[in-house]
Amino acid sequence: MPLVTKGPKPSQRKRRRLVMILSAMAVLALAAGLVLRALNDNLVFFMAPSDIQAGKIEPGRQFRLGGLVAENSVTKAADGLTIQFIVTDLVNETPVRFRGLLPDLFREGQGVIAEGRLDESGTFVATSVLAKHDEKYMPPEVAEALRKSGKWEEGSAGGDSP
Amino acid sequence: MSEFLHMGGYAVFVWPAYVAVMGVVVILGIQSWRSQKTLTAEAARLKQTMGEEEQH
Amino acid sequence: MMHRFANPTRFVRLADRMLPWLFIVTLGSFAVGLYMALITSPPDYQQGDSVRIMYVHAPSAWMGLFGYMVLAGASFASLVWRHPLADAAAKASAPIGAAFTGLALLTGSLWGQPMWGTWWVWDARLTSMLVLFFLYLGYMALWSAIEDRQKASKAAAILALVGAINVPIIKFSVDWWNTLHQPASIMRQGGPSMDSAMLWPLGIMFVAFNAYYAMVLMWRIKAELAARKIETLRYNQAARQEGPAARQEGPAARQEGQAVLEEGS
Repeated sequence: MPLVTKGPKPSQRKRRRLVMILSAMAVLALAAGLVLRALNDNLVFFMAPSDIQAGKIEPGRQFRLGGLVAENSVTKAADGLTIQFIVTDLVNETPVRFRGLLPDLFREGQGVIAEGRLDESGTFVATSVLAKHDEKYMPPEVAEALRKSGKWEEGSAGGDSP
Repeated sequence: MSEFLHMGGYAVFVWPAYVAVMGVVVILGIQSWRSQKTLTAEAARLKQTMGEEEQH
Repeated sequence: MMHRFANPTRFVRLADRMLPWLFIVTLGSFAVGLYMALITSPPDYQQGDSVRIMYVHAPSAWMGLFGYMVLAGASFASLVWRHPLADAAAKASAPIGAAFTGLALLTGSLWGQPMWGTWWVWDARLTSMLVLFFLYLGYMALWSAIEDRQKASKAAAILALVGAINVPIIKFSVDWWNTLHQPASIMRQGGPSMDSAMLWPLGIMFVAFNAYYAMVLMWRIKAELAARKIETLRYNQAARQEGPAARQEGPAARQEGQAVLEEGS
């Protein structure tokens, strides 16, 4: 029992505590929301080819480029290690050059995120390539059946359009 | 069987994941059960000895 | 009504009735779930057999999140109503949630390396999950760092409520920002985007993890309540040995009583 006998009743104190805690949490949520809004640009993990087109990236700056690997765009250079492909967001495209090991999920029509910078010719020279997988899960036979029946939505297989 | 253990080439990723999860699940489970058991018994024992003292 | 249920003795009685059933459900669903996840479920059309990590990764991540929701809800109740059961529940939930959050990070890493091509990236989903792990650690550290039980409970509860802001951030991070982590497959508009051959094993694993969480949470709450009971019983015993004067002197006498206890043990 509290030592102080004067003052508000226990039920009133409880209600006051409730109101105080709830309002403190509301203020905190508001503050967090504002901080996240301010941080929005930094929380974006990658840029799309359209962002490059819109001039959002100053030349020479290191950034991550995300999008789908365009169909029939992957070519291997003569050295067998350097590969070139086109990343598209279905509106704009950016050619990418990369030398190194690719993740297992890398394939045409699949989402990728490449890190690197643009060279003078507008080619994105990647230092690493990560594959992004979508939220779809199914056995190979089902995917095959979907493709055959024409119910496959091409392009959506690579995940979200940025 | 060896095909099952091979996991389509992903054995080094799949098996550690399952071992870690099941290992932690079992250890945490046993530890929680044991401490509950001993503490409840201890509380009951203390209460009884104190009850006996009270009667004196 | 709420206070009826929240009575610690009543809780222990209820828990003792439910625990055998929870144990059976946990064991059974883990057996079936693991069998389906590892043996009967098909490989993914793109990820092959590595998709099997999902059956332990997704439920672990969910339990990490759910454990924190319980922790924050109970902390709220403990702050407002000062109820000992809420306090014990919050404290009991922390190690379980922390374990599952750690497992989600670990299994995610083991899945990310072959699929994405990296163990770790600082995208919004992975980072907010790491923050959750640290919140759990901070919560437990506060409990063990502050000796006075009431002060510790209050400080830890406030930390838990401040950290609760992270929960919606984790959930919606994949929708709000471009992340490497894919968006939700199950709890999403338009229904799950997963074939039923994979949805079933995943669903059963979710049942297993949830039943396990409920079971271990009850054990830990029971342990916590018993530990508190032991503490008061020992204090009363010591106080009685000191004589009635000690009981009226308040904190100083209490500390003395504890010192006697420690010497005795």
